Amino acid sequence: MLANFDWSVIPVSLPFLWQGLLFSLELTLVAMGGGIILGTLLALARLSNSRLLAAPAAIYVDTMRSIPLLMVILWFFFLIPIFTGQPLGAERSALITFTAFEAAYYSEIMRAGIQSVSRGQVHASQALGLTYRQTMAHIVLPQAFRNMLPVLLTQTIILFQDTSLVYAIGAKDLLKAAEISGRNYNRPVEMYIFVALIYFTLSFSLSMLVRRLNKQIAIIR
Amino acid sequence: MFFETVQAGEETYLDWLLAGLGWTLAVALSAWVIALLVGALMGTLRTVPNQGAVAVGNLWVELFRNIPLLVQLFLWFFVVPELLPREWSLWIKQEMPAKEFITATLALGLFTSARIAEQVRAGIQSLPRGQKAAALALGLTLPQAYRHVILPMALRIVIPPLTSEFMNVFKNSAVAYAIGVFDLTFVSRQMVEESGQVIESLLAATVLYFLCAFLANRGMAFIEKRTRVPGFIATAK
Repeated sequence: MLANFDWSVIPVSLPFLWQGLLFSLELTLVAMGGGIILGTLLALARLSNSRLLAAPAAIYVDTMRSIPLLMVILWFFFLIPIFTGQPLGAERSALITFTAFEAAYYSEIMRAGIQSVSRGQVHASQALGLTYRQTMAHIVLPQAFRNMLPVLLTQTIILFQDTSLVYAIGAKDLLKAAEISGRNYNRPVEMYIFVALIYFTLSFSLSMLVRRLNKQIAIIR
Repeated sequence: MFFETVQAGEETYLDWLLAGLGWTLAVALSAWVIALLVGALMGTLRTVPNQGAVAVGNLWVELFRNIPLLVQLFLWFFVVPELLPREWSLWIKQEMPAKEFITATLALGLFTSARIAEQVRAGIQSLPRGQKAAALALGLTLPQAYRHVILPMALRIVIPPLTSEFMNVFKNSAVAYAIGVFDLTFVSRQMVEESGQVIESLLAATVLYFLCAFLANRGMAFIEKRTRVPGFIATAK
């Protein structure tokens, strides 16, 4: 059993795996940044008094949230070239897909965050003569963001794990890199165990961090 | 295009889609059963006054929550058979019937069980302490207190959060295609390749997934209504 393992395949494929991990992290960070910005805009649209803004935002968010990410990845991968007329490449397609998809999930978190700020504060800032934009930028959003920081980070851990799904369109992330070198050296078992360890270590330490943050924020509130 | 036959045979694309829907339902529903049983057990373990049991429950949850589902699937499919005794691993590789389906169901079920365990633990801990104390004071043993007092309440409290997990099971079942289960995702990719009709192929599968999630949501809402404890859990909605 264990004697049959040949772990020497790990050191030789490290540089290749590193490239894959870098793409996984890049995808996570881009989708987190873009997703939070887009998501906040979607949340503001959904909470606005104008139905013309609220309805499309609600439809977008609810649709994205009720279909599997894997299907969304395939949709974007096949559809973007039809509109732009040229192939985009799996990596860039993945970056766009994840930003658009995660925006829906971040937007629900931001919506809860905005609603967690008491109405009195909004009324007070209006009474002080602040415009909508000023109220949001200086009063509501900073607090919403802060209240929701642990949840936003937890969503980011999920996002990091979900990046492995770009496997479906052949983008070279950590999992794909492991699969390729597992095949090249004919050692898939060792490779899969090793990447599982990497994913576990990163997700677990991040979730420990979130737990600590949660306690700190809970005390201040 | 759905009534056209596929190039290689006599089936229509509609036959493919229905078969795909069948496999998606089969994987998701069997995984859900595993997830509920294992999840309720692990969630309960994390609340009992025994450090060993709590540690086992915690380890279970952290292990299954922090590895991506697709990686877990590959671990069960490619790695676990290698770790078993030789005869077993040969049997799995060569003779086990419906190997892909069973592996996908097991992987999805255990992955989901960790999330359910987390909800069940939170549900049990949200009960007023007095309930458990009263049950023990009445002379019930700890297992009896769990069986007759704590779990019947806690399992009802967790139904709303379980609704979204139930919908997630259908969405997450899409990864099963990666080891060759003929589910909706597999079918839609196959249809794109066979027919070249990208939009119709993806749309058909997407609508069916959407329907599954919607029905799951309604089904859970129905159960929630039927099992509500009168006058206890906030009936307002």
